[in-house]
Amino acid sequence: MSLLTAVIALGLLALIFGLVLGFAAVKFRVESDPIVDQIDAILPQTQCGQCGYPGCRPYAEAIANGDDINKCPPGGEATIRELADLMGVEAKPLDAAHGEESTKKVAVIREDECIGCTKCIQACPVDAILGAAKHMHTVIAHECTGCDLCVEPCPVDCIDMVPVTVKPETWQWDLEQIPVRMVESSN
Amino acid sequence: MQRSKELIEQGHIWTFPGGIHPPERKYAAAAPIRELTLPDRFILPLRQHIGEPADILVKPGDTVLKGQALTNSKQHGQLPVHAPSSGVVSSIGPARVAHPSGLADTCIIIEPDGDDRWGERQAYADYRNHDHATLLNHIQQSGIAGLGGAGFPTAQKLALQKPLDYLILNGVECEPYICADDRLMREYAAEIISGAEILMYLADIPKTLVAVEDNKPEAIKVLTEALQDHATITLRVVPTRYPSGGEKQLIQLLTGREVPSRGLPIDIGLVMQNVATAFAVKRAIIDGEPLLQRVVTATGEALQQPGNYWVRLGTPVAHLLNQAGFQAEAQQRVIMGGPMMGFALPDLTVPVVKITNCILAPSSRELPDAEPEMPCIRCGACADACPASLLPQQLYWHAKAKEFDQLEQQNLFDCIECGACAFVCPSAIPLVHYYRRAKAEIRNIAREKAQAEVARERFEARQQRLEREQEERLERHRKAAEARKQSQAEAAKTTGKDPQDAVKAALARAKARRAKQQAQSSSDDDS
Amino acid sequence: MTFRIAPAPHTKPARTTGQVMRLVCYALIPGALAHYFMFGPGIIIQLLLATITAVATEFLFTQARRRTSHNTLADYSAVVTAVLLALSIPSLAPWWIIVIGTVFSIGIVKHLYGGIGQNIFNPAMAGYVVLLVSFPLQMTSWPLPAELSNFSVSFYDATQLIFSGYTTDGYNVQQLKAGVDGISMATPLDTLKTGLSQQLTTPEITNNPIFSGIAGVGWQLLNAAFLVGGLALIATRVISWHIPLGLVLGLAVPALIGSAIAPDQSIGLFMHLFSGATMLGAFFIATDPVSAATSNRGRLYFGLLIGFLVYVIRTWGGYPDGIAFAVLLANMCVPIIDKYSQPTVYGHKGSSS
Repeated sequence: MSLLTAVIALGLLALIFGLVLGFAAVKFRVESDPIVDQIDAILPQTQCGQCGYPGCRPYAEAIANGDDINKCPPGGEATIRELADLMGVEAKPLDAAHGEESTKKVAVIREDECIGCTKCIQACPVDAILGAAKHMHTVIAHECTGCDLCVEPCPVDCIDMVPVTVKPETWQWDLEQIPVRMVESSN
Repeated sequence: MQRSKELIEQGHIWTFPGGIHPPERKYAAAAPIRELTLPDRFILPLRQHIGEPADILVKPGDTVLKGQALTNSKQHGQLPVHAPSSGVVSSIGPARVAHPSGLADTCIIIEPDGDDRWGERQAYADYRNHDHATLLNHIQQSGIAGLGGAGFPTAQKLALQKPLDYLILNGVECEPYICADDRLMREYAAEIISGAEILMYLADIPKTLVAVEDNKPEAIKVLTEALQDHATITLRVVPTRYPSGGEKQLIQLLTGREVPSRGLPIDIGLVMQNVATAFAVKRAIIDGEPLLQRVVTATGEALQQPGNYWVRLGTPVAHLLNQAGFQAEAQQRVIMGGPMMGFALPDLTVPVVKITNCILAPSSRELPDAEPEMPCIRCGACADACPASLLPQQLYWHAKAKEFDQLEQQNLFDCIECGACAFVCPSAIPLVHYYRRAKAEIRNIAREKAQAEVARERFEARQQRLEREQEERLERHRKAAEARKQSQAEAAKTTGKDPQDAVKAALARAKARRAKQQAQSSSDDDS
Repeated sequence: MTFRIAPAPHTKPARTTGQVMRLVCYALIPGALAHYFMFGPGIIIQLLLATITAVATEFLFTQARRRTSHNTLADYSAVVTAVLLALSIPSLAPWWIIVIGTVFSIGIVKHLYGGIGQNIFNPAMAGYVVLLVSFPLQMTSWPLPAELSNFSVSFYDATQLIFSGYTTDGYNVQQLKAGVDGISMATPLDTLKTGLSQQLTTPEITNNPIFSGIAGVGWQLLNAAFLVGGLALIATRVISWHIPLGLVLGLAVPALIGSAIAPDQSIGLFMHLFSGATMLGAFFIATDPVSAATSNRGRLYFGLLIGFLVYVIRTWGGYPDGIAFAVLLANMCVPIIDKYSQPTVYGHKGSSS
């Protein structure tokens, strides 16, 4: 009899807690972005395709479906950490097969060498190259994501990837890196 | 509110939390302000204020006159710079500027001809007969920015149309060593007061409070005399405590009000200007002189004649120091600004700019090297010293761990970087440096996020465009095919024949020809 | 000449960590002297043992952790921990007591949590508690105050006792504890606790000669000496007044209420404040900055909490004194105290954050 009481009591408790949990899940549901949007928000949006997908959003979809989180060289360490946090997985080092993390770069067209073939314009994932057929092209520097995709198609190799220079307003307080000039003691 | 205003009128001085008492060492204040000889060349950075650099008006080789504008401010946020003396523009290009980073930025280099010839000058001595817009534009075109250290364009500050209770003239100068404003108040009190009157007229401010720290008895005496018959301008003496000269702290001292976080003094009916800025406004409006020079304290035990100098903007620091009798040590530190908030210079080619109030060349005896950084023991001395009531050690731990969300939650951006926390830290932790790095990094992340957002939009727009083009192409093909079909059908209708018949006929003809050829060849074989 | 780049401010600390810690040591001198006069020369040996052990442990652990041992030795924090622990234990306890306690304090509580600045518990008190629960007999064997003791323990005797357990005359610590009438005596707080649990009333218990004065022979002088040193620390701004005041208030208010309700069943106010480790705890132990709350308001709460816990432990708990347990319990509450005691940042008046 006592055995039965215990079973019934526990059963009832389980039922009540189940109901409470179910009610809480409905009542206090946290509205959140679909996971793909959240992943996409973390990715750097260079649209470079180094991950093997045609752009950041496709890669975000792939991650949501269980792909590795360490295939984004432009995002680097920081992006992997954020993704690991979001996905609840272990952060791992960047997969070298997809490239290495490097400083942010911007494409620059050597304009006198440009033949106006429009190949780079078609390659640019963010439409940051201006120009028309048989006319010189130029890169809108502040829209360029530094994805590298325009370099390959150029038939005359007139596109350089130039590292973004640090300006006083974007400087990160690296005091150790300031070159100090030696001056004669007479000065 | 009414009660607090009465208290302000009565001259009540409030207090602010924290603060420190570093050794004052204002020994350079003893001598009057001296003139400086012309340097070999002036280096004029385009950006000497908070905002964007203005557009360059000159090119290398141009002859310029003293006071001539070298850049032209057309847009909001730009501020022009002027030729500090007559001479020739020798080059325009990157040179190391007065910035903690020691990085190069675009500068105009002028070689003075020694004549110091003035160009055209426009004055508004009868300024009450001119409208505000003209005068504000003149202040803007005179290149006047806040000379206290921040460098916010003065005209932009005044142009914000909001009802104001008080103009606060900041003559507190709380940082050790610096005494440029002190000397200016002693020697040019009348001009500072006329400047204040102009500012009051321009922004419709009924009253002015002039704030001076009680360690400047001479300046207080001179100002008291000069203000005897001014009903609307009154002097307020505040106790000496660093950083009482900080904008937010001074507002708290004089009015008991707090500038809301991420807000401006104007939000609480106040506007603050440095005394040197008021002086520059007077010179611009009454005398027609753009901002060409400022008082700079050259001090420190490495100088034989420490004192205050009228230094033209663009003068290399080396020129100023040499004239003040610079005797460098082997491991010399030269600091632009004061010991609390100034930055060390990597070399002496850096020019004096609008926000330079002090060049400090201390001996290693008076300002010894910082001790090596030791672990934080959470003693809380920093929290006691913080004038913004922040918890500096919490910020330090979070900054070290790069926990940026936590930092923003702990209000990192309300830190005024006064250095009081680092000054009292027994473990010699350069706390402010950690905060600056964290702030720069947070701003960087925000900038990158914004850029990523733009990139995403552009990428998506491009995808849509490609899809649209693809669809359009398919549509075009479909239409072309349809059109062809239709035209054929129509042709058939008009001729009464199915266009397909022609094809069949052609095929039949070809077949017949082939059959004929075959027949022929077989007959050839026979023959 | 070369130019040197350094971050602002370009000043030197007014007072380094090492100087702060040294000042704390100096402020402990009156207390140590009082200890010497009350409980004999044992304290000197304990202080020496503790200091040597602490420095050696600090050195070994910093080496093992590959930290620059010079820095952490120079900040004297290990010495302060050692001195506090030595002052907390009975002065004639065997040598291994203080050695184990110090090794635990420095090695486990401090270094295994990440070294100076990272430990969540007060090292000296954590070490003390480990000793108290592991070696209760040795840790409660306080010698009698000099005025009441039959024996005057010489420096030589103390050395013998600490290292071998017996004086040259063959007495052990328990025998030395015996009073003039030959009955073994404990500390005033211990005696009170035992008496109250045997349904005796406070006046009956305090007839005992150890209760002469306001808070018991010896102990009142010791506490007064710590109070003097502590006030000196506040005067020199080495510590802020918030934790000591909070602790004293947190203890005094319930004590007053308690003795008002049941004067015969409670420990009096002065007994609370000037007996046991109250003053040492209020000014020197609870004020350990690393494991205390960070803001001034938080420190006040922290002190109040410790004071209240001390009252609770002394009145209803199993131990006659409760400073060590109270401090450790309050250490655990520091994160939540910090969370709810943040000062309002400039410009945030009126806003919710």
